[in-house]
Amino acid sequence: MTIDIQANSIELGETIIKIDGLNKWYGQFHVLKDINLDVKRGERIVICGPSGSGKSTLIRCINRLEVHQEGSIVVDGILLTEDTKHINDVRREVGMVFQHFNLFPHLTVLENCTLALIWVRKMPKKEAEEIAMRYLERVKIPEQSQKYPGQLSGGQQQRVAIARSLCMNPRVMLFDEPTSALDPEMISEVLDVMVGLAEDGMTMLCVTHEMGFARKVANRVIFMDEGQIVEQNEPEAFFNHPQNDRTRLFLSQILQH
Amino acid sequence: MTDRVRIPLHRDPKARAIAIQLIALSLVVYGAYSLFQTTVGNLVARGIQTGTSFFDEVAPFNIGFSPLLDFKLGESTYIEVFFIGIQNTILVSILGIVAATVLGFIVGVVRLSPNWLASKVALCYIEIFRNVPLLLQIMFWNFAIFLPSLPAPKNSIEIGSFYLNARGLHMPTPIIDNSSGFILWALTLALLTFGLFIFARRAKVRFEETGRRLPVFSINFFAFVFCGFIFYKICGSPLAFDIPELGRFNFKGGGQLPLPLFSLWFALTVYTAAFIAENVRAGIQSVSHGQTEASHALGMSRRDTVRLVVIPQALRVIIPPTISQFLNLTKNSSLAVAVGFEEIVAVWAGISLNQTGQALIIIAMTIAVYECLSLLTSAFLNWYNRRIQLSEL
Amino acid sequence: MIDDLKTFTTLPDRAPPGSEIGLIAWIRQNLFGSAGSSITTLILVFLFLMYLPPFVEWALINANWVGNERSICDANKAGACWAFIGVRMDQILFGLYFGANPDQVWRPVTIFIIFFTLLIPLMIDKTPRKDILGILLLLVFPALFYVLIYGGVFGIPVADTTQWGGFLLTFALAFIGILFALPIGILLALGRRSEMPVIRAICVTYIEFWRGTPLITILFMASVMLPLFFPAGVDFDKVVRAMIGITLFQSAYTAEAVRGGLSAIPKGQYEAAMALGLGYWKRTIFIILPQGLKISIPAIVNTFIALFKDTSLVSIIGLLDLLNMAQTASRSLEWNGYDIEGYLFAGFIFWMFCFGMSRYSQNLERKLDTDRRN
Repeated sequence: MTIDIQANSIELGETIIKIDGLNKWYGQFHVLKDINLDVKRGERIVICGPSGSGKSTLIRCINRLEVHQEGSIVVDGILLTEDTKHINDVRREVGMVFQHFNLFPHLTVLENCTLALIWVRKMPKKEAEEIAMRYLERVKIPEQSQKYPGQLSGGQQQRVAIARSLCMNPRVMLFDEPTSALDPEMISEVLDVMVGLAEDGMTMLCVTHEMGFARKVANRVIFMDEGQIVEQNEPEAFFNHPQNDRTRLFLSQILQH
Repeated sequence: MTDRVRIPLHRDPKARAIAIQLIALSLVVYGAYSLFQTTVGNLVARGIQTGTSFFDEVAPFNIGFSPLLDFKLGESTYIEVFFIGIQNTILVSILGIVAATVLGFIVGVVRLSPNWLASKVALCYIEIFRNVPLLLQIMFWNFAIFLPSLPAPKNSIEIGSFYLNARGLHMPTPIIDNSSGFILWALTLALLTFGLFIFARRAKVRFEETGRRLPVFSINFFAFVFCGFIFYKICGSPLAFDIPELGRFNFKGGGQLPLPLFSLWFALTVYTAAFIAENVRAGIQSVSHGQTEASHALGMSRRDTVRLVVIPQALRVIIPPTISQFLNLTKNSSLAVAVGFEEIVAVWAGISLNQTGQALIIIAMTIAVYECLSLLTSAFLNWYNRRIQLSEL
Repeated sequence: MIDDLKTFTTLPDRAPPGSEIGLIAWIRQNLFGSAGSSITTLILVFLFLMYLPPFVEWALINANWVGNERSICDANKAGACWAFIGVRMDQILFGLYFGANPDQVWRPVTIFIIFFTLLIPLMIDKTPRKDILGILLLLVFPALFYVLIYGGVFGIPVADTTQWGGFLLTFALAFIGILFALPIGILLALGRRSEMPVIRAICVTYIEFWRGTPLITILFMASVMLPLFFPAGVDFDKVVRAMIGITLFQSAYTAEAVRGGLSAIPKGQYEAAMALGLGYWKRTIFIILPQGLKISIPAIVNTFIALFKDTSLVSIIGLLDLLNMAQTASRSLEWNGYDIEGYLFAGFIFWMFCFGMSRYSQNLERKLDTDRRN
């Protein structure tokens, strides 16, 4: 990959996600503390931090897999509340890729991709299959469409999971440690797909420890610890001149090998 | 901070949940109410007086077997019959549980024996007995095997002072002969137990401090048997035995397990043991081979590996389903009705119901007895599982 | 190129030393592995020689296989009287009505042939379109059963449910039991895992109530009290009452089996379905139930085995199921005294089905296990 995406510097659009004063508790445990975050259309954000810092919880709040207690989250003009209609609208607009892929093992790759198109978007089956094949081609596994997830390698499964989300034509993609459950030789095939997405201008929030990916693709890197945003900056500045000693320690720990 | 936005009621999950639950609850309440109404209406229409007044009426039938509670034909009331039924249910359940546990553990361990033949015999046992209905087994043993093939009382099979014949198993019962001697004996036994307990604690402390181990179990076992016997003689042999003797038609004296109880106990044991054996096998196999290897690699002996690594882990898997089997055995003891052993279903939901016609009360009480036993079991299981989970943290 | 680069060559495989293979080695390892093992083997062999030959002689060699009267069996007491089973076969398998009307026996025979042609492909792994077969078995077959066995249409004479008996009745009770218990059980299992406390409480109470009581008291209740629960004029015969009791009982056990399968589904499946925007019912129908039911099939088969054995309890409330029919036959005037044969035959039929099903469920479990590991 030789193209530096930042050089292409896609115009950032209006705010698509607005998080204000977000607080969340698990019982007594305060996982997210006063999080404020604005994401612009086309922005690519990488969130990193030690385990248990709340980074996964934060992005899971955005499509309400986690319920927050205080603060507000507005996604594409929709305020996330208890309102089931709003939740469904947001989930339609926001795609998510999980650490453990979470493909549906009893459905073929193609059925995994068409399921939500047919039952959520109410699309005719034929049309849904065409769309699904288009995205499977894009993640470079159209030939696997009739197989079951269990027959694929981890990297292939994760690419199917990405295609499954893309089928819904989301405005935002959330990635929750998409490469941490993969064998080392499969990481790059997934990252390649993600880089391709970024080039096309997809708004992405990505929890990951792949710092090479962050340097190459991100507009902004966010470092979280203890449920707070410690520091955020452009990748160049973030990696070369971290402002906070906590960030410095973290970077030295993950980059020393 | 959160914007309090009004959500339309039908889109608010909380409101929807409350509505669904209200509807479900009212459906259940309405169902129960209309069932109650119909039942009362039917009872009135048929002129059935439902009530508990029959409890104090004298039961016009005999109960032959009641080891603890007295039954006198023409004096005992229905409510006594109810309690005798519970007593007999509990009695046969305890007998069955003890025997089935012993047999089940033996078969389960044999199933894993390195000896191919023994393992296959255990497998055949398990597969035959757990795949044939228990009721059929009870009837088979009682009507096809024991009843025709066991001899009349005159020609009983003698094993010491035990006599087995077509009426059941007769055995000697201990009676207290010399009460002051017995109290003395009981006291010395208590003291002895206490002393051995202290000894075991001391030995454990010493083991922890010095690492030297004593065969505590064998010492205690032999000390208990030996001293117990000596004290028994010193106290003037305070126990006598009521030994069954052959009268003109039947045995007199001693205790008797009537044949239906014997058949029921036998069939319940054989049937439940097959299930317990499977639990034991699965439990032992659930301890991964890596555990044994790790223990051997640490240099522990085979015996210590089994005792300290395999058994503690296996028991956690074995105990919960085995306790459910105990409950199953207790519920299955209700099949006694087929051979006429006088436990609660036979004597209460069977004979008493036919005599009084009080179906509603009688069935409800029978169910209540079993529900209590089942609640007790699951309370115990919950407690046990929670304890295990705690110790795993 | 470097000169001293070594080339990897595979060494040829050699056979293991003789002491490790062959029959002798197997016997030494598995029968005489240690002193204890040797003694066990000898004792077991001795016991086999003691008890097996007399039993085989009685059951097979000296047995009376053919004949229509008891005099043949009475003349040869050294062997089992299988002739009795042969004479009463129709009755024991299909009940009084078909036992008395040999010209109608084709009806149950046809129904069982249909049943097994539907069932056996379902149990084979590679069969295509299992869903269609399953629907045929669960929806079309019961209707066919009613038409053929009960009759009353297409000029087929009526065989009233009170006249159903033998293995046919055992089968009908178990099949109806599982047929109705399955949907109820699925709903109960979903309810028990619901987040709504009232729904959960209702389902838990229902499930634990039926599981806490022995089936025999439920059958007593069904046969004595059921008429009281319904408005006057609504009445069922004994067989239908037993079916109702069995269904209520079985639904609780099925619910627990299904719940086990549901709880084995990883949380990620729910999350992925939610993230795609699928609501509760769509999630349940397309994602959760297909996986959960598949995992719980072995457990459901196990509860079905238990139910199949438990149907024999209806003989206590006077229905002529397989057990009671065999017993009645062996206590009839003509064949009184041959109850061992009667019990053994009924027991063998029960055993065959239960053992077959338990083997099937074990295989399935093993397969699911390896599936999940891959």
